[in-house]
Amino acid sequence: MSAGDRPGGLPGDSAPGGEAIEIIGLRKAFGANEVLRGIDFHVRAGEVVCVIGPSGSGKSTLLRCVNLLEEPTAGTVRVSGTEVTDPDVDIDAVRRRIGMVFQSFNLFPHLTALGNVAIAQRKVLRRDRAEAERIARENLERVGLADKVDAYPAQLSGGQQQRVAIARALAMGPEVMLFDEPTSALDPELVGDVLGVMRTLAEAGMTMLVVTHEMSFAREVADRVVFMDGGVVVEEGPASRVITDPQHERTRSFLARVLDPAAARVGEGEASDRFRSSDPGA
Amino acid sequence: MTVGTAKAAPAGMSRRRRRQVSLWIQYGIFAVAVVAIALLADWPTLRLNFANWDAARQLFPDIVTVGLRNTAVYTAVGFGIGLVLGLVVALMRLSSVPPYRWFATVYIEVFRGLPLLLIFIFVSVGVPLAFPGKNVPGGAVGQTGVALGVAAAAYMAETIRSGIEAVPRGQLEAARSLGMSYGGAMRSIILPQAFRIIIPPLTNQLVLLCKDSSLVLFLGVTLEQRELTKFGRDLAGQLGNTTPIIVAGICYLIITIPLSLLSRRLEERQRRGQR
Ligand SMILES: Nc1ncnc2c1ncn2[C@@H]1O[C@H](COP(=O)(O)OP(=O)(O)OP(=O)(O)O)[C@@H](O)[C@H]1O
Ligand SMILES: [Mg+2]
Repeated sequence: MSAGDRPGGLPGDSAPGGEAIEIIGLRKAFGANEVLRGIDFHVRAGEVVCVIGPSGSGKSTLLRCVNLLEEPTAGTVRVSGTEVTDPDVDIDAVRRRIGMVFQSFNLFPHLTALGNVAIAQRKVLRRDRAEAERIARENLERVGLADKVDAYPAQLSGGQQQRVAIARALAMGPEVMLFDEPTSALDPELVGDVLGVMRTLAEAGMTMLVVTHEMSFAREVADRVVFMDGGVVVEEGPASRVITDPQHERTRSFLARVLDPAAARVGEGEASDRFRSSDPGA
Repeated sequence: MTVGTAKAAPAGMSRRRRRQVSLWIQYGIFAVAVVAIALLADWPTLRLNFANWDAARQLFPDIVTVGLRNTAVYTAVGFGIGLVLGLVVALMRLSSVPPYRWFATVYIEVFRGLPLLLIFIFVSVGVPLAFPGKNVPGGAVGQTGVALGVAAAAYMAETIRSGIEAVPRGQLEAARSLGMSYGGAMRSIILPQAFRIIIPPLTNQLVLLCKDSSLVLFLGVTLEQRELTKFGRDLAGQLGNTTPIIVAGICYLIITIPLSLLSRRLEERQRRGQR
């Protein structure tokens, strides 16, 4: 069970069909602002679940409650049967089994790609340098960056940085992977590489909980889609049904906004302009 | 009417002409001052007092092997103690335990508010008075190191704290989400970045400490423990000549000017965002 037994980071060793993530009555308030108002859903081992919803609906907060970057106000979260929300749980041991990929990559800028992927293996899993670096190379290869092992994050494009971040999480041999809008900070032409890596990962059987605005990815890769609005799950079900035949008015109007080609193009233009001006080297 | 006067302006000079005249006047004053000093100064006496080669020759090699060496040792020990203590105080300042934060705040305010000389006197005179027979360990090196370090820690704590706070929040979150403990994330991820950010101000602190180590003068040190300032002062007295003080000053500049330049270069490089 321990991540150390699976040095290659092979995904999804929990019994297929067992519950990988269970979220029961989850609530989270920041002061008086109740962001999550009772969330219930499960992710089975090997399943890919996409969470969609408007900005501010609490998607990031939900993800961050799963690995306790935010402490829930109420409710229960279990990951592979371990109750994360139990006050006595060894949170570092739990987080080791949950990979997380952030919108802003959060690579360690003082380390090379190899160092980024190796450091937690060495400090947390106590692997020796040679082994950690061997596994780091394997995982960088897996995300298509075998030739970038010695590059520093500042020398990589956004898409390459995000793939290093994925390799960094995979090298710990996680049982589930959380993605928080992994492509939202990327230039449009770099999105495909990252989604490609995630698709391969999904095909290999990794359990994934993905917050995303990429509807085509959700439709093609996700087993289920969860639509959140105002801190509650409005609608969930098979990807094809939620996206192509939503049952609720709120889901319909959200999808209309996201899928409307004209609106989408305007949004894209803004995003990539913002990206270029803040990081001309990418 | 107004247009006409502005165009004619027979009384005034053009702006360019006025600037030229002003420049010439300034050069003129400077030249007169230089000539006056050259003519009026008693060069032989000055040379005898300030740049006396015989006196200077007698300073070597001790001013380097004893004076400069001890200055470097006191500075290094003070910097080391200051850095470790400063790191501890900075982490306390950022702690989620309120009493730690209070202690750190009080420490920083107190030691930034006291004259360094008073701290030196406290360490050398106050401690033996308060605890008869006891002394700060390590002799002159220990006492100077503690006095300098305790004071420098207050400044360094603030510097280190600002460095830690300058590291984006996402770094700690990324490290923690990989299963690192808070301490482990600090050690491997946050502090290496924080220290990179604060190398320029820390280099500056080193310059200040180098100069402040001269306060050892008041500790009553043995001949072997003298650093540059005390060495220069003693020899000036013995030889009845100012040259040793000048030479000691030059020795300080040999350390401090390269450090200052280095610190400025590092700062410049960081501003340009290179690695
Ligand atoms: N640390 C925090 N402190 C206070 N309020 C917060 C904090 N984090 C999030 N919030 C608030 O919680 C609400 C939901 O935020 P969250 O980031 O979960 O939304 P989101 O669905 O991920 O939105 P987006 O699509 O823009 O990323 C927002 O109103 C936000 O202001
Ligand atoms: Mg979000």
